[in-house]
Amino acid sequence: MTDNNDCAMLKPDRDVGIVGYGAYVPRYRLPAIEVERIWTDGKGGTPIKEKSVPGLDEDVATMSIEAARNAMARAGGVNPALIRAVWVGSESHPYAVKPTSTIVAETIGATPHTQAADWEFACKAGTEALQAAIGFVGSGMARYAMAIGMDTAQARPGDALEYTAGAGGAAYLVGPADEALSVFEGSFSYVTDTPDFWRRAHQHYPSHGGRFTGEPAYFKHSLGAARGLMEALGTKPADYTYAVFHQPNAKFPQSAAKQLGFSREQIGPGLLANDIGNTYAGSSIIGLSAVLDVAAPGDRVLLVSYGSGAGSDAFSLRVTKAILERQKRAPQTQDYVARRKEVDYGTYVRFVRKLRV
Amino acid sequence: MRDVAIIGVGQIEVGEHWDTSLRHLSLGAVQAAIADAGVAQADALYVGNMLSGELAGQEHLGALVADFAGLRGIEAVKIEAACGSGAAALRMGYVAVAGGLADVVIVAGVEKMTDLLGHDTTAALALAADGEYEAFLGLSFVAVNALLMRRYMHEYGYSRQDFAPFAINAHKNAVNNPYAMFGFPVTAERFASAKMICDPISLLDSSPICDGAAAVVLAPADMARSLSAAPVRIAASAIGTDSLAVHDRRDPMVLDGAIISTRRAYEQAGVGPEDIYLFELHDAFSVMAALSLEGAGFAEKGQGLRLALDGEIGIDGRIPVNTMGGLKARGHPVGATGMYQIVEVVQQLRGLAGQNQVKDARLGMAQNIGGSGATVVTHILERME
Repeated sequence: MTDNNDCAMLKPDRDVGIVGYGAYVPRYRLPAIEVERIWTDGKGGTPIKEKSVPGLDEDVATMSIEAARNAMARAGGVNPALIRAVWVGSESHPYAVKPTSTIVAETIGATPHTQAADWEFACKAGTEALQAAIGFVGSGMARYAMAIGMDTAQARPGDALEYTAGAGGAAYLVGPADEALSVFEGSFSYVTDTPDFWRRAHQHYPSHGGRFTGEPAYFKHSLGAARGLMEALGTKPADYTYAVFHQPNAKFPQSAAKQLGFSREQIGPGLLANDIGNTYAGSSIIGLSAVLDVAAPGDRVLLVSYGSGAGSDAFSLRVTKAILERQKRAPQTQDYVARRKEVDYGTYVRFVRKLRV
Repeated sequence: MRDVAIIGVGQIEVGEHWDTSLRHLSLGAVQAAIADAGVAQADALYVGNMLSGELAGQEHLGALVADFAGLRGIEAVKIEAACGSGAAALRMGYVAVAGGLADVVIVAGVEKMTDLLGHDTTAALALAADGEYEAFLGLSFVAVNALLMRRYMHEYGYSRQDFAPFAINAHKNAVNNPYAMFGFPVTAERFASAKMICDPISLLDSSPICDGAAAVVLAPADMARSLSAAPVRIAASAIGTDSLAVHDRRDPMVLDGAIISTRRAYEQAGVGPEDIYLFELHDAFSVMAALSLEGAGFAEKGQGLRLALDGEIGIDGRIPVNTMGGLKARGHPVGATGMYQIVEVVQQLRGLAGQNQVKDARLGMAQNIGGSGATVVTHILERME
């Protein structure tokens, strides 16, 4: 571990940014009180209002395609043959062996001269792909690279996670800074071997360490990455218009923001957990897409992911003038949040195939 | 028999020490006690611990802690008596010094509980109950205490809410204890709405799962004055036992182990309950606080709870109880708890308890209970003038 955060900050040789972005959230919602009704007789409290649930014909491949197409629409006129990487981070890839990424790459026309691979790092697989995309484009190996974080999160019936495990995510087309709607000022990672949440091969539902998932896991890594990046950049919370954190529930990101010195106003637009739940690998980056939907040129945004196991990636972005014309080119994140059809617990069990006979 | 004195105390903050291993927890307390005592070497080390094998994958703590504390070579063993392990270790240290077999003895209590998931910890704690006749039938340790609390309410006509003063008192006292896990107050309203754990035991009737370590250094009393500016004499050290299973007891509402242990302690010290300035009791669950007050002679049968309801357990009350937060609010790292109690009584007798100081405290009692009452260890400490 380096003590010198200037050395630890990630910054490519040439400036890169986000050329296009897009979100996707399934339309179905399971109110947390439904889970509470089934499992705790309606007592015990709920960590969020409701979570998103994928439809019967939706999975991480179809949802990633939706988000990628929105990103391509925002980028506007980018030749897909120049996209040299399509990377999808998720905990719920439809196949154990066979990439989701090739399916997505095919549908946006990036094949055949492209990298395609699936990433796994619990809830930060999406930002891990984003870090790699920044490096790929920043080194000049690629003009464009697409990074996606998307999940149809699994939770054991009756577990605390079942209230929040949601579905959704976002796609980012990374490209040269002069084409970008938002430029990366730097990024910073904080990773240790901390087993707070895991799912072993052939297991259907994840396990977790209860209270161990909080302070020594989520907070240590999220705050470590955020503080490291701000120290390296010489920025402070007041320098940012918005901040987005990984949001496994409504409480953790608000507590992290408070500990760092961010206000409710700064984190409000990117805080979606109460309405769609924890979309795992999509959680922090769909918060970013919601922020970009409302951002103005010159705004600065801090993005901090968290993945169990454990690690955090922090990114500092500055929004450019190009944002204004691109915001409206695709459905906004809040459009998806508002597109809502409530289901009961039984329907949810059917949709996510919890009944196995 | 020689008189034995405590010449140094040390403790670490009770809490969830995610980044600290069992041996490091021990080291923190042992080093603090050695520094407080101002000694460089010791003849023996006794480590009180209940569940290191189950919860931390480590037994053989005597040699481990001795070596890690830089005391390689000295006599060192682990002492186990369920949640009463800490005070049981002190009893062994006392025996060694009183019997003239050792001069300077270190006694530590340590427990590391947070490395496993809740159900594993619950299963491990049930080892304190009767394995064949209680745990085998599915009774967790909290369930055993829930049966006792329900019976107490039934026998004497109390409500669940009547137990609130124990939690309120513990949390109030913990506010001024920097080593406490829960340094915040709670109200009767919060008690009433607390999450149910095992009816009628709610979260606020229960001590927390946590990590901690506390230690003392012992020396013969005649040497103590030259070694320490504020030595405290162990006026009594006694262990009493009872059946492990509640159903085997003479009366489930009476802690015979506490009666035996306390009677011996009073006889050794030549005092009675009316002479005790403060009582650090074993409130693992609030019903145990009521039963302890009765077993130790501070209240008649069924009246322990009445003492709390009448406001007699506060710092200025008739018998101040759990003056630094007790198991409920300081925390209950099981095998370390008995040593925390001793450290806290020493703080009181030295006049170093800050805002929680019991006025003119001269004699203090600590009672550490293993299981639901099968091992009861009582110590009476006295300020050396």
